[in-house]
Amino acid sequence: MADETRPTSTSSAPDGHSGERRPPRSGPGGGREGGPGGRKYFRRKKVCKFCVEKIDSINYKDVRLLAPFVAESGKIVPRRLSGVCTPHQRRLSLAIKQARNIALLPFAGRAA
Amino acid sequence: MNRTYELMFIVRPDMTEEDQDKLISTLETAVTSSGGQVKNMEKMGKRRLAYTVRKFHDGMYMLLTFEGGGGLVHELERRLRVSEPVIKFLSVRIDEEQKRLAKVKALRDSKRKVPPATPTAEAAGEAPAVTA
Repeated sequence: MADETRPTSTSSAPDGHSGERRPPRSGPGGGREGGPGGRKYFRRKKVCKFCVEKIDSINYKDVRLLAPFVAESGKIVPRRLSGVCTPHQRRLSLAIKQARNIALLPFAGRAA
Repeated sequence: MNRTYELMFIVRPDMTEEDQDKLISTLETAVTSSGGQVKNMEKMGKRRLAYTVRKFHDGMYMLLTFEGGGGLVHELERRLRVSEPVIKFLSVRIDEEQKRLAKVKALRDSKRKVPPATPTAEAAGEAPAVTA
């Protein structure tokens, strides 16, 4: 798993478009350039965005916050790719599921 | 035993302003008549839906925050279900989350005042840097 592009790094991209939601290229789809073995590459230690930036509330209404943790396919990005710690991933997944329910995030595929 | 809930619902985009206000006022009276209390009512405006709901691509998002019991939530959901222009709704209990946030905030504030306190949990490394 030499997947260096964490969602945390891309999330700061300015996205001042309210009409069309376009999540930044998130983890799993993007950088998959790990060579054979993958051990030769330097891998940065993944850190939990919510711990580092001290984001306390993970709310389903905050699509801007959740979008980097949803893959292109609509799936929730796993912890091992995004680096989010377990307690935060638990709350994150809950928030994403709530947001899906109220049509803020797609269940599958890109936001239509 | 009052709990705080948040009720988000989506109405069809072609609903007129006065119809929306009428719907909102009926919901608010429903809340107050069953012993609840309306805390906030917000129109979040028109927004593109992430997927089609009843053949709509857009919807007007509304957010109602209120206090009350579980029976009230049931009643409001029933009302929304039968009202034709409402295409989707979600009710979430938020008081426990608010309590947790207040606790975290209090913890942070107390740490800020006393930097060399026992560093624990997530704010450990950063706490002294904030005061410096």
